[in-house]
Amino acid sequence: MSIEFDSDSKFSEYAHPEVLVSTEWLGVNLDVDGLVVVESDEDVLLYEVGHIPGAVKIDWHTDLNDPVLRDYVSDEAFAALLASKGISRDTTVIIYGDKSNWWASYALWVFKLFGHPDVRLLDGGRDKWIAEGRELTRDETVIVPGTYPVVKRDDITLRAFRDDVLKHFGNPLIDVRSAEEYSGERTHMPAYPEEGALRGGHIPTAASVPWAKAVSEDGTYKPRADLEKLYLDGAGLKAGDNVIAYCRIGERSSHTWFALNYLLGFKNVRNYDGSWTEWGSLVGVPIAKGSEPGLAPKVA
Amino acid sequence: MPNETFESLIEDFNSIGIKDRLNLLLEFSENLPALPPRYADHTDLLERVEECQSPIFLFVEVKDGLVRLFFTAPEEAPTTRGFASILHAAMDGLTVEQTLAVDDDFPSKIGLTEAVSPLRIRGMRGMLARIKRQVREKQ
Repeated sequence: MSIEFDSDSKFSEYAHPEVLVSTEWLGVNLDVDGLVVVESDEDVLLYEVGHIPGAVKIDWHTDLNDPVLRDYVSDEAFAALLASKGISRDTTVIIYGDKSNWWASYALWVFKLFGHPDVRLLDGGRDKWIAEGRELTRDETVIVPGTYPVVKRDDITLRAFRDDVLKHFGNPLIDVRSAEEYSGERTHMPAYPEEGALRGGHIPTAASVPWAKAVSEDGTYKPRADLEKLYLDGAGLKAGDNVIAYCRIGERSSHTWFALNYLLGFKNVRNYDGSWTEWGSLVGVPIAKGSEPGLAPKVA
Repeated sequence: MPNETFESLIEDFNSIGIKDRLNLLLEFSENLPALPPRYADHTDLLERVEECQSPIFLFVEVKDGLVRLFFTAPEEAPTTRGFASILHAAMDGLTVEQTLAVDDDFPSKIGLTEAVSPLRIRGMRGMLARIKRQVREKQ
């Protein structure tokens, strides 16, 4: 049984309208059987402050990352996590979060690494839900555990590692961090703490398209025509391109990955989650500084 | 005198499970005192803590050798508010000497490193460092 898609006219212009739902749609479909709402935020306490009725919390740091390996949780741990949140393989999952769904899209990307079939993003996220005066609750969600199979994570289709990036030169890279991080003036977002990359700058040839340019003031994705202007006219991407997006640790670039992959329909977009915290400290790789993309290095 | 001691905070947080630690942090967050009018109307006097992921501002008063702390952070940043509130509970009303002697590593000792990202803990260290610096400047 599949749950109907949101037929919102803005969404119908996108390559995959089925991956977004509006706050209005969710308001109507909240109690539908087979649907689980997941909140995933940057601020770990926001869910406790109040969440969409019936929503469960998945934390990017404690739930989705392995505590020992710098990697996502194992196939077994992901299956156990989802089952414990009341999610089965055929569940329709709607993810929302703070900061224009920044971490929510990161969680969605991880769900897709494990191939969860039906996972959608709440356009505009937590802030839009609240701005519209919709209900929040502190009531503890009663969870009926799901049954989730152990599925092998696919680290090839949607995910890029540093060696993939080295082989990628000649194809487009999108750097979604702020202009200051891109130029190398700083290695972290303005007002965010230093996060340990040794050098500032960007991966040579990467185009700079800060992630937030893809959203309107209310935190929803911009209409397709605006996104095309941004990524096709602005960053020079062409249909059929093989693209890698990156940021600092892969969360902001998940938001851009979502736009390129589902909204504009690029078929070959990967997120480099090692991102600048890895590349900026990696021995033996080149970087570029300043506001120009720079030239592709010769890689043996 | 502050409402809490560092020792009792460390014990309180570490004697409960991760989920309850977050609830306790939330409780602190909700109890962060509002700014008195003299600062509420003059937020330009407050110093922004750049190390924090969410905007938080603080101001330190030193009077008769005692240190008073004032913080403000938006409701939608409960973690940051919680950290500020913990520092407020343990440090508001300490003497200058006691303030400067506070363990810089305290933020790592309340058992939250497993529950929140390392960035957050660094934000709390940033608050502590700025409090001490303001106290040094004002004593």
